[in-house]
Amino acid sequence: MIRTENLEKHFGKLHVLRGVNTSFAGGEVVSVIGPNGSGKTTLIKSILGMVVPDKGKVYFDGLDVANDFSYRHHIGYMPQIGRYPENMKIGQLFAMMRDLRKSSTALDEELMHEFQLPAMFDKPMRTLSGGTTQKVSAALAFLFNPKVLILDEPTAGLDPVASETLKAKVLKAKRDGKLVIVTSHIMSEVEEMADKIMYLFEGKINFYKIIADLKAETGEEKLGKAIAKIMTEQAHA
Amino acid sequence: MLKIAKYVVYDILRSKVLLAYTLFLLLVSLALFSLETDGAKSVVSLLSIVLIIVPLISVVFTTTYFYNAYEFIELLVAQPLGRNTILLGEFLGVAFSMMAAFLIGVGVPMLVYSPNAMGGVLLLSGGGLTLSFISIAFFSSVAMRDKAKGIGMSLLLWFYFAVIYDAIVLGILFSFSDYPLEKAVIALASLNPIDMARIMVLMKLDISALMGFTGAVYKQFFGSSFGLVYTLGIMLVWIILPLAVSVRIFKKKNL
Repeated sequence: MIRTENLEKHFGKLHVLRGVNTSFAGGEVVSVIGPNGSGKTTLIKSILGMVVPDKGKVYFDGLDVANDFSYRHHIGYMPQIGRYPENMKIGQLFAMMRDLRKSSTALDEELMHEFQLPAMFDKPMRTLSGGTTQKVSAALAFLFNPKVLILDEPTAGLDPVASETLKAKVLKAKRDGKLVIVTSHIMSEVEEMADKIMYLFEGKINFYKIIADLKAETGEEKLGKAIAKIMTEQAHA
Repeated sequence: MLKIAKYVVYDILRSKVLLAYTLFLLLVSLALFSLETDGAKSVVSLLSIVLIIVPLISVVFTTTYFYNAYEFIELLVAQPLGRNTILLGEFLGVAFSMMAAFLIGVGVPMLVYSPNAMGGVLLLSGGGLTLSFISIAFFSSVAMRDKAKGIGMSLLLWFYFAVIYDAIVLGILFSFSDYPLEKAVIALASLNPIDMARIMVLMKLDISALMGFTGAVYKQFFGSSFGLVYTLGIMLVWIILPLAVSVRIFKKKNL
């Protein structure tokens, strides 16, 4: 569904992406992990067209996305830190997004209702707590029923109930044949949601594997331990 | 594009800054018209306001608005919208709001006290300046990632066009006073939207006789109907060119 070809990106002297070749297919949850500054967000933003790569291409359903923005109809994006027009009220924000996307598919307001956002429609965005802003971001990402969901550290800042709601929603999206790309630092959460795991290190893909295979190869029960084992083996090799 | 512009206008109307600007212009215009019995004199006094204050406010307001709307732009870029649509929508929204403020603040008193060609030309030049300095402010906002640098660059550009440029032109005129400079002066004036606006109004005021030989050349060139078309054309270039450069930069910008 999404394929990247040799993505390169510099921010000044910083070499953030060093030739990322990868592909993502529908019906799976892929977790992108890696240390801070390894290029996770830059990779996601390149796919979204928010960052323009120096070299390389992104294909969506086989089409180069460089000069065509219509593929973003099929993507719902939840940013790491959602930032919205401060003077706008929650209700106005949702109305505006609906107006701007002009989506023909049926809306998916499930998450919006589960997070009880309609009760807060009159609150201005600037008065919201970090967690509530995250809820708004998540509800917006799912609202247009897109076939690809890109969630950048979705549960950071959410309370346990909201985290569970969101995780259940992710699994449901997977069952509907959607592609979900999630970045996260919380291994237990990755284990609950993801089928595949992509480890980015210094702008390169270190490994990209099915989680079950990874556990079998390392003989570890826990994902965190399995990854640690791979990392130490690589360090010794 | 128009939809984005609509939300930009809503957002601007919610803040009181634009209202304050409109009231300020209205107050100044009304004061100048009621203090002077001669309409032409009031127009000349208003001209200095239009040439200095209007570009300054346009530049400062647009730059601060752009950086405050950064979140909104970030949100839009992840949506199925083209980048030129986003930036031009932002421009239209800001341009509409600022033009409305100018036309209410200066245009309405003008209609009441001095509804003639001179007033019309002043409105035309003020409107042109508003749009071209919004366009210039978009350029510096898009070029600079940092808010302080962006506002600094906008102010510097304003200072250059409002003050430094005239000093440079004067310097050139003095150092090359032995040569015929009439055509060069016309070319030099075209490189500054504020000069263009000033010439447009002065030509209507019939005081170019006070400006000596260069004034006569000015009158001959800019006073003709071709001259008016020329000044309007150059004004248009000053609106479109910085905006076109901004769109080019914005298309490659990382958000």
